[in-house]
Amino acid sequence: MDAPVKPVPSPAPAIDAVDAAVAVQGIRKVYDGGVVALDGFDLAFPRGRLTTLLGPSGCGKTTLLKIIAGLVPATAGTVLVNGAPVAGPGPERAFVFQDFALLPWANVLRNAAFGLELRGVRRDERHAIARRYLAKVGLENVETRYPHQLSGGMRQRVGLARALAVNADVLLLDEPFSAVDEQTRRKFQEDLLVLRSVERKTFLFVTHSIEEAVYVSDRIVILSRQPGRVAAVIEPAVDRSGTPDEIRRDRAYLDAVESIWHMLRDYVA
Amino acid sequence: MKLLGVRLPMMSSLLVWCLLWEAVGRAELVFLLPPLSAVLATMGELFATSKFLEATWITLRSFALGLGFAILVGVPLGVLMGRVPSADRLLGMWVNVFVSAPLSALVPVLMILFGFGPTTIVVTVFLFAVWIIALDTRAGVQHVPSSLIEMARSYGAGRAALYAKVILWAALPEILAGVRIGVIRGVKGVVIGQILVSIVGYGALFELYARNFLMEQFWALTILAFAFALVASEAIGALERRIEYYAGVRQ
Repeated sequence: MDAPVKPVPSPAPAIDAVDAAVAVQGIRKVYDGGVVALDGFDLAFPRGRLTTLLGPSGCGKTTLLKIIAGLVPATAGTVLVNGAPVAGPGPERAFVFQDFALLPWANVLRNAAFGLELRGVRRDERHAIARRYLAKVGLENVETRYPHQLSGGMRQRVGLARALAVNADVLLLDEPFSAVDEQTRRKFQEDLLVLRSVERKTFLFVTHSIEEAVYVSDRIVILSRQPGRVAAVIEPAVDRSGTPDEIRRDRAYLDAVESIWHMLRDYVA
Repeated sequence: MKLLGVRLPMMSSLLVWCLLWEAVGRAELVFLLPPLSAVLATMGELFATSKFLEATWITLRSFALGLGFAILVGVPLGVLMGRVPSADRLLGMWVNVFVSAPLSALVPVLMILFGFGPTTIVVTVFLFAVWIIALDTRAGVQHVPSSLIEMARSYGAGRAALYAKVILWAALPEILAGVRIGVIRGVKGVVIGQILVSIVGYGALFELYARNFLMEQFWALTILAFAFALVASEAIGALERRIEYYAGVRQ
């Protein structure tokens, strides 16, 4: 039988550093209480691809994403973005938050333009850019509304527009669809596929949903728990040319979901 | 409010109490309590006297200055305590002591330090209002969702932008609640300060009226002071309600 997944032994194979939009080397993170979240963690994220960090709660996937974002300091190790080490946040990375992190006192337009506002872009210019991306994520005619007047799904679209508007090379998405209902979530996943093919950016995606990971990812990194380690790297060979329903019935899709499920059950939990 | 199934207009309970006051006053049961109508008539006359206008001016100015300083000091103090744990440990105890201390006891000392004039009143208002503003600001700053701060940092906010564009706005509901209580306490401060100093503003008037049993004038002034405290705190309360939607984002 043709193996739809390619399990790779840990650690992940070294990818040519030139190809990696983001690479982490020897990352160690110890929390104040002495809990070791990550230890000697190496991983490279290929440029232009969507890589998903998948694992059970407490495996350090969000911690790793925030270390890459420069929001959480690593105890030891290096984060390389476009080959250069970084300390702290930078304009080449944009973050999409699990709880949306919108300013409740600002309307949709200002929220979507907030990243540009912080970078000192002139008002009319940043509003024009924000409008363009709001339209791109399917939000029109709501720019004067406030976050509390929007549904969870619409709020996250604003968060997505804000991240896209700053035109970063790397988009970091921390369980962006976990706070929305199932239909919205599926629509989001479909939109993310479209967005990916249009935007040509590097996506780093954190989720705990196997189906979601397989549906959107070029590459899935499965993490084990305490300290977080790379348990396996999988590149699901899902044919994404069909309709969403066809993709979800695709043999490779179903097999990948199944094998990841077994892997998580046997090796990780 | 409903009484016997009939819907009563707003403020009707106030009307009942006013009528009671009028009745007791007319019956001359207590000589300290003249009829309300006489008090209100006297209030009209008061507005025409230069002594009253001058006292009002001094009172309002002392109040505004004291409250202004209290906000200017209290908000930064609260932000400092909310954001810097070592500052919180250093100052927290003192702020908590002062917020509950009977500060009226300090006014005589203030008189020695600042003289028997408006400066003492300003300082009294400041001391009455500043601590609760600092404490509420601290609580507000501590409750700013951490993801908002992370969001601002991830999009490149420096320290100044982080405070000016995110933290102060996110803490605004608590800051306003602190200011509202600060206003109420400030009114107490301005009245207590003036009564203790008793040679300027309303303090001098209260002293004059009480000493000479000018009860109509005394009550007129009291009603005005009460009404001012109520209106000022309601005005800030209205401002608070306008930004009520903040609460929805605080889980």
